[in-house]
Amino acid sequence: MMGNSSQRGVGNRRFKGEGVRGQAPGAAPGLLRRTRRRPVLSVKPQVTVAERIGVSSWSCMMNFACNSHISGLFDRPVALAPLLDEIPVAIALLDPNRRIVFVNRALEALTGFAYPDPAGIPCAQVMRSDICLQRCPAARLDDPLDPLCLEGDILNRDRQKIPVRVTFAPIRDVHGCLIGFLETLEDVRLLRELDGKIGSAYGFGKLIGRSPEMERIFRILPVIAQSDSSVLITGETGTGKDFVAEAIHQSSQRAKGPFVKVNCGALPETLLESELFGHQKGAFTGAMENKPGRFRLAHNGSLYLTEIGDLPLSLQVKLLTFLDDKVVYPLGSTKGFHVNVRVIAATHRNLEQMVQAGDFREDLLFRLNVVRQHLPPLRERGDDPRLLLDHFLNKLSSQFKKPIKGFSPKSLRILQGYSYPGNVRELRNIVEYAVNFCQEDQIQPRHLPAYLTQAKHAPPPAERAATGVGAVSTLLLNGKEADLNWQDLERKMIMEALLKAKGRRSQAARILGWGRSTLWRKMKHYGLAS
Amino acid sequence: MPNKVLVTLYGNDVAPRFDLATEVLIAAVDDAGAVHEEKTMVLPQASAEKLCHMVLTEEVRAVICGGIEQEYYDYLTWKRVVVIESVVGSYRRVLEEFARGRLKSGDILFDATVEEANGG
Repeated sequence: MMGNSSQRGVGNRRFKGEGVRGQAPGAAPGLLRRTRRRPVLSVKPQVTVAERIGVSSWSCMMNFACNSHISGLFDRPVALAPLLDEIPVAIALLDPNRRIVFVNRALEALTGFAYPDPAGIPCAQVMRSDICLQRCPAARLDDPLDPLCLEGDILNRDRQKIPVRVTFAPIRDVHGCLIGFLETLEDVRLLRELDGKIGSAYGFGKLIGRSPEMERIFRILPVIAQSDSSVLITGETGTGKDFVAEAIHQSSQRAKGPFVKVNCGALPETLLESELFGHQKGAFTGAMENKPGRFRLAHNGSLYLTEIGDLPLSLQVKLLTFLDDKVVYPLGSTKGFHVNVRVIAATHRNLEQMVQAGDFREDLLFRLNVVRQHLPPLRERGDDPRLLLDHFLNKLSSQFKKPIKGFSPKSLRILQGYSYPGNVRELRNIVEYAVNFCQEDQIQPRHLPAYLTQAKHAPPPAERAATGVGAVSTLLLNGKEADLNWQDLERKMIMEALLKAKGRRSQAARILGWGRSTLWRKMKHYGLAS
Repeated sequence: MPNKVLVTLYGNDVAPRFDLATEVLIAAVDDAGAVHEEKTMVLPQASAEKLCHMVLTEEVRAVICGGIEQEYYDYLTWKRVVVIESVVGSYRRVLEEFARGRLKSGDILFDATVEEANGG
């Protein structure tokens, strides 16, 4: 790898066809000599070269930087330019007049200036940083002593303003004389984004919520992200499984790698196999060239398999094999490829039931089920619907440039009383519909989709608690209670009402909509009176 | 009719950033390529919005600058102002190239063997 970089950087890119191309014959190579176990840059031979061939010192130094070798560290000298190119931090070497001598590949990517274009021009013209123009550290330091670290922004050639952390350090020769500067730029966009996210409470990635269920999830997701185990995300449609998968990837150590998403239910079996594992040229009719497959594309990153419950049984076996030995075999190939991929799977189906029905392999479930995260439906998230309604209203009204301030009390009652079978996705769509149709400063019931206002709805949770209807309707809505008989159901209703009322019987009776004596009688009947 | 051009200045060079320029040069270039009616204006503070406003009120046809944010670039081009961006070099030489119709975005006209660096 070093050899290739060296060829590219020194042989092709670094030198224009000028008189100073390459190194002058007989010139001593620039050395990073080993002194007291630390290499020190020596430029004395370079000045000699500059004088000898009669060109300006900066252009000579530029070539010097490209031609330089580090010796004394390894058995043989190593080219400096390719080495700096491999460092993922933007680096610029400047002469004492703060003109560019050398920039590495990361700096080229950050600023958009490709070497050797910036060579010899003032660094302010390349970095275009507010630091350079307003508070250049080198300008105010006649005798710069220590490295400085400042935060500012740069404007790159793509017309983007990028927040950066700039470190500025003097470079000295062996005698301590200043011979230039080392400037490094660190892109801190991600950190700024994270700061913003930390600042916004009740959230992780694109998920927000403040119900106890969601708070528990927000606490556990960073822990899941830091592990490298397979993750299985379950939950109803619209609960945010995709967002969780992406947030896990973004917070993991694989964040710099790719995040590849595959919908296992979207493609027919044969295509899906080729899509996931790739194929060799000629493996089947129409396979005109080699295809790497999503597993190989996700190398060093995460592969997100959504709707894993829809994965055909034959592919389940292949996925199982991959999870065991981390090797993929493209269609038509006998050669396997080792890939380093974290698998994140998601489904809205009940995989245990599918296993019992023989539609899903039990051993695959065990392998995927290393870390399992269930996302609760919106109806089990307490007051989150209100938070989400306000969140999406703010977001969408500013996106659509509508001066909407909020919901009218009546529309809010309708929205809070709705059960949202489509969960957060449905809620967002409802708000988007309302924002589009609302021409006033408040969303009225007539701005809501017709199916909300025409259907009968349960009153909001607060009212439900007050009237007692909530306890009954909640129980009846919950699928698990469908198998219970009325006696069990009534006993459970009483228990829940007592729990909500913290043991106060008169309040529990009010919640249930009964008289105190009725409650007392029923409690005795069910053996709860003691 | 002469074309009015605005160059953002940083000392004797084109300013590296449009939004941080505190000095501008406005000149008229006639069809023959002669530069005249030059005037330099010092701004009370750097502001991309105020510069855009100045471009419009001064009826400038072309802006020569270093880096410019997408937002201001789009605004000026939408207002039919030609933006020649990412230009590096002394404003005198840049203006000469513009008058000859040879200046284009991304041009680096810095003669580093002659000129002293402005620093960074």
